[in-house]
Amino acid sequence: MNAIIEVSGVSKSYGGVKANSDISMQVQKGGITGLIGPNGSGKTTLFNSIVGYHPIDKGSIKFEGSEISKLQVPAIARLGLLRTFQQTRIYGAMNCVENMLISMPHRKMTFWDAFSRNDAEQIERAEGLLDFVGLYEKRYLRGGSLSFGQQKLLEFAMALMNEPTVLLLDEPTAGINPTLINGLIDRLKRANSEFGITLFVIEHNMRVIMNMADHIYCLAHGEMLASGGPEDIQNDQTVIDAYLGAH
Amino acid sequence: MTRFMPVIHVLLLTLVITAPFLLPDYRSSLSALWILIIVALTWDLTGGQMGYNSLGNIFFYGTGMYVAAIITIGIAYDVGEYTDAAGGGIFAFTPTQYFMGFGFGLIGAGLFCAACAIIIGSVTFSLRGPYFAIGTLGVAIAAGELVSNWEWVGGGQGISMPNYPGEQERLFTYYSFATVGVVLYIFLRWLYTTRFAAAMNAIRDDEEKAEAMGIHTLRYKLVAWAIAAFFVGIVGAIEAFQALHFEPLETAYQTINLGIFMVVCVLLGGKGTLWGPIIGAIMFHVFKEITWNYFLGWQWVALGALIVVTVVYFQDGLMGWLMSKKPEWFGIRVETRDTSTAEAAE
Repeated sequence: MNAIIEVSGVSKSYGGVKANSDISMQVQKGGITGLIGPNGSGKTTLFNSIVGYHPIDKGSIKFEGSEISKLQVPAIARLGLLRTFQQTRIYGAMNCVENMLISMPHRKMTFWDAFSRNDAEQIERAEGLLDFVGLYEKRYLRGGSLSFGQQKLLEFAMALMNEPTVLLLDEPTAGINPTLINGLIDRLKRANSEFGITLFVIEHNMRVIMNMADHIYCLAHGEMLASGGPEDIQNDQTVIDAYLGAH
Repeated sequence: MTRFMPVIHVLLLTLVITAPFLLPDYRSSLSALWILIIVALTWDLTGGQMGYNSLGNIFFYGTGMYVAAIITIGIAYDVGEYTDAAGGGIFAFTPTQYFMGFGFGLIGAGLFCAACAIIIGSVTFSLRGPYFAIGTLGVAIAAGELVSNWEWVGGGQGISMPNYPGEQERLFTYYSFATVGVVLYIFLRWLYTTRFAAAMNAIRDDEEKAEAMGIHTLRYKLVAWAIAAFFVGIVGAIEAFQALHFEPLETAYQTINLGIFMVVCVLLGGKGTLWGPIIGAIMFHVFKEITWNYFLGWQWVALGALIVVTVVYFQDGLMGWLMSKKPEWFGIRVETRDTSTAEAAE
């Protein structure tokens, strides 16, 4: 296993607030890496820095060995580094199949490809993935008419449609009915094992992250507090203190 | 519905071709209607399909007029000399010069406006929502002021075009507009089935998501606006020939007239649909003709009231209202068990 994302010495502040200071971490290719930390610890800021949502103040971010910290969001996405949002985002006025079809991998799409229709193979793939997340029955409904949990599944399916190398998931189980969480964990794991997608997951639900991740990083107050396997993190006193507010 | 589409289209095309003979007294009015239909359809390309409400599309109309004038006059004479003599010297154009000017003028206007859209768009498309609207409006107003101080093209006095070398000028104008309109309709009907349209809709629904998914957002925005600019430029060019004489602020870069009318047409008919802008343009044109003919003196008040009522109570327009009442007509499926929430979400 080798590192597919290498973050070294990244700092980002908003005005006087240091959201991330001197963060270094790695995401191993083919694995599931977790990112935890109390609210406001800088997890989403780190995600946003990686996907190019805002410029970083200091440090370097490498994806597959090349520097990406100066690239714009769509360019990074086309490299195969994709993110989902904490506040689910789908295209509300388009139906599920349309949502899926426009999520095709744009790195493979030339300018002239835009002026053709989707072929049967892509429609089949879109419907297959909708079936994979359990939305096949609702495929012709508008994205905006789905429930929050269903939108979250749709967003996940759209991400898979894009054939990413690495998928950054910002709280995939937040707001999802607890009975559906197991199904979602199972699908995330299958995306990792069957489709070979490296996952990097922010998660508040400890049961979920301990169950999924093979390596976990813990942030607190914008600094890297601890890292290690799920067992190590669970038994790390500084992590427990951070969550209980004794930092 | 789709079964009858070929029949409906043949009937519509027959109507388009025969209209100036069925209503011979209304030929100029029908030409004016075509202008509204074309500018409304192209406005909806960015406004309705892509969520970028431009108030500056009139820039392409005015620029198209001037480009056509410069090309037509330039073929036969020196443009500066021609405008200097405004009214004084008579400059004759042969039919060949006229039609060459017309052909090259239209194509030149379309291409020049498309190029302008790409250049201006690469700046204005960094603006979102109302800022984009105001930014583009600023471009149109500034262009009008600049041209009115540019003596080479006649400055504030405007510029005169050659007379049509023949008898049937109104028919010629009507069919010129109608051809552009029909071509635009066929083009958009095709375009709205492609991935390009899906990308535009994605930008409209959530541009940040579209970026995060790797869609070439800026590229699609520029191309969409360039397509709109191409057709609006051509319409402006035809109007330049019809108007015979035009000046920059009231006729060419008429931000408060046609610049606003095109938006009202789309709002009346329904944003983001192919037929909404067309129906809206017809509704608006009828309203405008009636108020201008029978309520003269109050026509602007009536128009203002129409805009207020549309914006406040009727934002989705006729097609939007139909879509929420009869979604199945438009191929939109809603959950049968739980229709109320599906509709509320729209």
